[in-house]
Amino acid sequence: MSTAFDHPEYNYKVVRQFAIMTVVWGIVGMAVGVLIAAQLAWPALNFDTPWLSFGRLRPLHTNAVIFAFGGSALFATSYYIVQRTCRTRLFSDTLAAFTFWGWNAIIVAAAITLPLGFTSTKEYAELEWPIDIAVAIVWVAYVVNFLGTIAIRKESHIYVANWFFAAFMIMVAILYIGNNLSVPVSMFKSYSIYAGTVDAMVQWWWGHNAVGFFLTAGFLGIMYYFVPKQAGRPVYSYRLSIVHFWALISIYVWAGGHHLHYSALPDWAQTAGMIMSLILLAPSWGGMINGMMTLSGAWHKLRNDPILRFLVVSLSFYGMSTFEGPMMSIKTVNALSHNTDWTIGHVHSGALGWVAMVSIGALYHLIPIMFGRKAGDMHSVKLINVHFWLSTIGTVLYIAAMWVNGIMQGLMWRAVNADGTLTYSFVESVEASHGGYVVRVLGGALFLLGMLIMAYNVYMTVRSANKEVANAVPAQA
Amino acid sequence: MDINDVRGLGSIFALIAFAGIFWWAYGSSRRKRFEDDAEIPFRDNDEMPAHDDNDRSK
Repeated sequence: MSTAFDHPEYNYKVVRQFAIMTVVWGIVGMAVGVLIAAQLAWPALNFDTPWLSFGRLRPLHTNAVIFAFGGSALFATSYYIVQRTCRTRLFSDTLAAFTFWGWNAIIVAAAITLPLGFTSTKEYAELEWPIDIAVAIVWVAYVVNFLGTIAIRKESHIYVANWFFAAFMIMVAILYIGNNLSVPVSMFKSYSIYAGTVDAMVQWWWGHNAVGFFLTAGFLGIMYYFVPKQAGRPVYSYRLSIVHFWALISIYVWAGGHHLHYSALPDWAQTAGMIMSLILLAPSWGGMINGMMTLSGAWHKLRNDPILRFLVVSLSFYGMSTFEGPMMSIKTVNALSHNTDWTIGHVHSGALGWVAMVSIGALYHLIPIMFGRKAGDMHSVKLINVHFWLSTIGTVLYIAAMWVNGIMQGLMWRAVNADGTLTYSFVESVEASHGGYVVRVLGGALFLLGMLIMAYNVYMTVRSANKEVANAVPAQA
Repeated sequence: MDINDVRGLGSIFALIAFAGIFWWAYGSSRRKRFEDDAEIPFRDNDEMPAHDDNDRSK
């Protein structure tokens, strides 16, 4: 990566690094996802090897796509947006470089320790305590650098995207440290300081807010900058964005209890989690409508701008999954959906449809700028369009397969004969799920193929940008 | 007065705070400034050599 593209005022180096790594880690994380999806369809694919088994690779997949792919996308875009909207360079280049190398070292550590079986067993927080400490240090450096940049801003108002980013990083610091408090017993083994039901509640306070703040608030920050930018018009209602922000961040923290319906968690806490989840529909859709309506009067741009298509379809998936989520949190619905593949489908409609697609759209806008080109000026616009359709079709196949499987499993598990015995054994529901698992592999593979096409497109963009620079140098001298 | 009174007051406080934010965001005297704030992403166009945010014809 040449220094020829360094911006006179802004730190584009760290943005460029994180943007490239988003593509790399996206491919790695999604490839592991496709592998474990294939293992569920064809179990022999674990090759009887412990470190290739589903139980070890599944946390590797979730950590890679959430923290390596999603995290890199958030670092890249937040560093970019905060500089552009505050019209000042990052508070510290050293801290920026530290977060890049630190974050990537953590990802490598996770990719080694998880397949080896080192795990704290907490979902989305499996990493053992030495890595947890490293995460906390890098994260605090990130928060300091981001808030420090806001503190030295030249624009008097703090643009709404930065509010979402700030809330995301502050809350993730609190949640991550709070949930991972543990007593180490050896170098790679620790036990949570919480026990029993309290442990479960703290875990899902973290788990649901990993969704709410890491995968929602942060990506809404991306939405509030890149949708207006790519559509070429300011956000539909800035005033709605203010109400959206405060409502969303104050309600999300209470919703985690819905992960523990019909468990040992006190009934009132389950009901509170359900009610807060239902209320959450309002700010979620407020934000979705705000993003969508930004295009009013500019819908024709969707015809020939696949980047804008990525952004708008991501908002559609966001709207869909934030309707589905509150519905699934209703206890009677949850009685059917709990522990079935419906949950996995719901997560992926958010993860693939919303998080990944909004990130991809933002990256296609951003990466050419990082290499001295116009916004969105990638090597091939056609390939962006191919990627868009692969992503959309892949996501729809994935979630449709999981809806069918999930509802079928829920119905089979609760079916009883006239004498009160169960109609189906568990393994019969597994057998019946096979078709859906195959369709899921196909959907995931299509999504992954799209990412590989993106990698090629990015590579070609960088290569031709480098050539342009090489040709320009003698002329200047 | 026990802990549940504090919880009840907390709910009332949250409601008042939300009403306050709503009033602040939608007050007519602040309409103009929020319209200006929404333009912030477009204010910074001193781009790299060939950058032009308005060119989306590609």
